[in-house]
Amino acid sequence: MTDLYAIRKTLLKEQRRLLVRKFFKNRLAVTGGTITFVMLFLALLAPVLAPQGPLEMIVTDRLLAPSAAHPFGTDTFGRDVFTRILYGARVSMTIGFFVGLITMAAGMLLGLLASYFRLLDEILMRICDGLNAIPSTLLAIAFMSALGGSTTNVIVSLSIVSIPRMARIARSAAVVVKGQTYIEAVSAAGAGPFRILFRHMAPNILSPVIVQASYVFANAIITEAALSFLGVGVPIPQPSWGNILYEGKDVIYNAWWLIVYPAAFTALTVFGLNLFGDGLRDLLDPHTS
Amino acid sequence: MREEILRAEHIKMYFPIRGALGKIRNYVKAVDDVSLSLYKGETYGLVGETGCGKSTLGRTLIRLLKATGGTVTYKGKNLFTINEKELRRLCRELQMVFQDPYTSLNPRMRVGEALTEVLKIQGIGDKDARMADALSVFEKVGLLPEHFYRFPHEFSGGQRQRIGLARALILNPELIICDEPVSALDVSVQSQIINLLLDMQEERGLTYLFISHDMSVIRYIADRVGVMYLGHLVEEAPVDDLFLSPSHPYTQVLLSAVPSDDPHVRKERVILEGDLPSPANPPAGCVFSTRCPYAKQICREKKPECTDINETHRVYCHLTK
Repeated sequence: MTDLYAIRKTLLKEQRRLLVRKFFKNRLAVTGGTITFVMLFLALLAPVLAPQGPLEMIVTDRLLAPSAAHPFGTDTFGRDVFTRILYGARVSMTIGFFVGLITMAAGMLLGLLASYFRLLDEILMRICDGLNAIPSTLLAIAFMSALGGSTTNVIVSLSIVSIPRMARIARSAAVVVKGQTYIEAVSAAGAGPFRILFRHMAPNILSPVIVQASYVFANAIITEAALSFLGVGVPIPQPSWGNILYEGKDVIYNAWWLIVYPAAFTALTVFGLNLFGDGLRDLLDPHTS
Repeated sequence: MREEILRAEHIKMYFPIRGALGKIRNYVKAVDDVSLSLYKGETYGLVGETGCGKSTLGRTLIRLLKATGGTVTYKGKNLFTINEKELRRLCRELQMVFQDPYTSLNPRMRVGEALTEVLKIQGIGDKDARMADALSVFEKVGLLPEHFYRFPHEFSGGQRQRIGLARALILNPELIICDEPVSALDVSVQSQIINLLLDMQEERGLTYLFISHDMSVIRYIADRVGVMYLGHLVEEAPVDDLFLSPSHPYTQVLLSAVPSDDPHVRKERVILEGDLPSPANPPAGCVFSTRCPYAKQICREKKPECTDINETHRVYCHLTK
């Protein structure tokens, strides 16, 4: 027995090593992962890296162009844009992460249940169709105006609008998996529906779901920026990339840095996440060596 | 007298064809009124061409599919009416080996875990005992302990089929439904798996329902053979009897298609005309009547009754008297 545990240990180590090597050979995943990681790092270390407080106004320094003291310039209230972008990254990353996580968990659960129980499938999928019929940004705006602006509410409403698509993806993957012989084999061994669903089907639908989650993450960042820009997202004066854009739009001809920098950060983060998602898709397929 | 362990009577398995709005338009009669018995320790070969319902019948017998009609009696219990709990217990005795070794193993589960899990589902033993059990079955089917923690994609087709067999054997079953267990394998690997099946049968007194479309495999492994055509059992006989004196025209055609092992003997081949009728719309009367070279008026009008040629040989044909 001890012998076998030793075998297990070396094997697991070997498999992990292979996975790490596979990751580093995948240029998409590495580039995307690096960008995402840097953004997370900036968000986490915002209080350390920022030259001043995010709400700190220096009225004499209004609308200064980028310089050594203010690398991304200052806004109409004399707040440092670089600082606000760093703190904005916290908001964006938090929202993206939680929306991705909630959507993944809920979408997977619904998709799995729908694939297995026929009646539930009809009900859930018609609800999803209904939600999908309304453009998601519009629906999110509606939810936000009903719930009121706050970070939590942004997470809630963005999750609600992205769950239907996730549930559909999970369901279609689950339907394929359900038809595989190994599912029949575990039911021949006497397994009940919950064991089949969560122990055998769930791991096998994980890869499309995780890939979709990375897109949901990216999409949540964009939609949050859009909501905040429209004034129904994260309430001002709290910095978020959308809020910075919103405040910059009035002075767009005088202070380009209020638009360009937050927009560039948003775009870069989304780009990184999408690359990471594409890379994950290649990595998670168990058949490619 | 041999001990009958499973008796299937008038098994019907109809799959609905749904039209618009889920309305049932028609049924595919995959298995239509099949009766057979399995005796302890024997290998019952079930042959027939693709789509004749042999796999469906196999799955229906152990309630992997819910039959439309008929009864299956296993050791005195009606399998179709027992409750879920009893059925789960009976899974220990009725196991299945699947055709495609590539899709019959969960790609995300280590193969050793796939074995111990079967025991876990059945609530047998503790963690260490299950592991020991799994390892011993692993050895039985010719795999090494170091294979225990590998994933299915790291194995060859033959090895995977061994794992599939180990998964069936670990519960110590009485009856194993082998659904074309070797048809996806290379010929050299086929014989290994078949010999392994025979060894296990000898050691444990297993009963097999061996589904195949390969007559030579059937001839080698089976004790009795049932021939299916379009959802019907058309002939059943001990293997030598069937190969020497096939009674049903369809069986004769099937056997004439088996290549001879002597290159100098030219066999007379019977070639069937026409296509296989759709199981959704089978011919009236005898299902084989549309293609049978000897079909008479009565064959197209009346379903043939079971005719006993002798105690062990029965056939469904009007022309056998």
